[in-house]
Amino acid sequence: MADEALFLLLHNEMVSGLYKSAEQGEVENGRCITKLENMGFRVGQGLIERFTKDTARFKDELDIMKFICKDFWTTVFKKQIDNLRTNHQGIYVLQDNKFRLLTQMSAGKQYLEHASKVNFR
Amino acid sequence: MNYPLYIRSAPTENELKFHYMVHTSLDVVDEKISAMGKALVDQRELYLGLLYPTEDYKVYGYVTNSKVKFVMVVDSSNTALRDNEIRSMFRKLHNSYTDVMCNPFYNPGDRIQSRAFDSMVTSMMIQVC
Repeated sequence: MADEALFLLLHNEMVSGLYKSAEQGEVENGRCITKLENMGFRVGQGLIERFTKDTARFKDELDIMKFICKDFWTTVFKKQIDNLRTNHQGIYVLQDNKFRLLTQMSAGKQYLEHASKVNFR
Repeated sequence: MNYPLYIRSAPTENELKFHYMVHTSLDVVDEKISAMGKALVDQRELYLGLLYPTEDYKVYGYVTNSKVKFVMVVDSSNTALRDNEIRSMFRKLHNSYTDVMCNPFYNPGDRIQSRAFDSMVTSMMIQVC
């Protein structure tokens, strides 16, 4: 799909642009990763406000996790989360076996060295 | 942390009294929310309804799924205002708040200074008064 490719290219450039403009020591101390995570967090906040605006009130944490794994993931990535695990004490592990923003990259060997930089929140 | 992102009153004298009422109503909002959590009431709506009546005012509440609270204080003498009108006012507030959140220049937690938000609130208050 054409619009998907555009976003992937933009996203790759965002990561690479951030690393290129990083100041001394920012790559090692993780500052670049923090910036990317903060950007992702902020975008997520806006998306969540829009998507939860018309949904029924969430009764409990399980409702919230179901929403994220099914509705939210489908709206953003066109598929559901493949596996959800919890220790019933507030920790949840979401597993996506074919993460849409990485499938192009993981298919070939070209970007192996940069793969660790790409962050998704 | 409970501080207002946006607060507006008309008329503007006695503003502090309204600020105080809104702040005390937050406790009522929290009570209602925790009652729902314990499944005492199965409430699937975001609108909370009348929080508590005083002799001069009625206070209404609404909480989003992202835990943002909207509180509305209306003069008791305004009997023409019906429940579904209050609901639609809260929907308008929620829609405008969502637009503010999607503005990349808005930093969550800051006071809302959007002109579009202001004019939406102004037109609602004019309709009611």
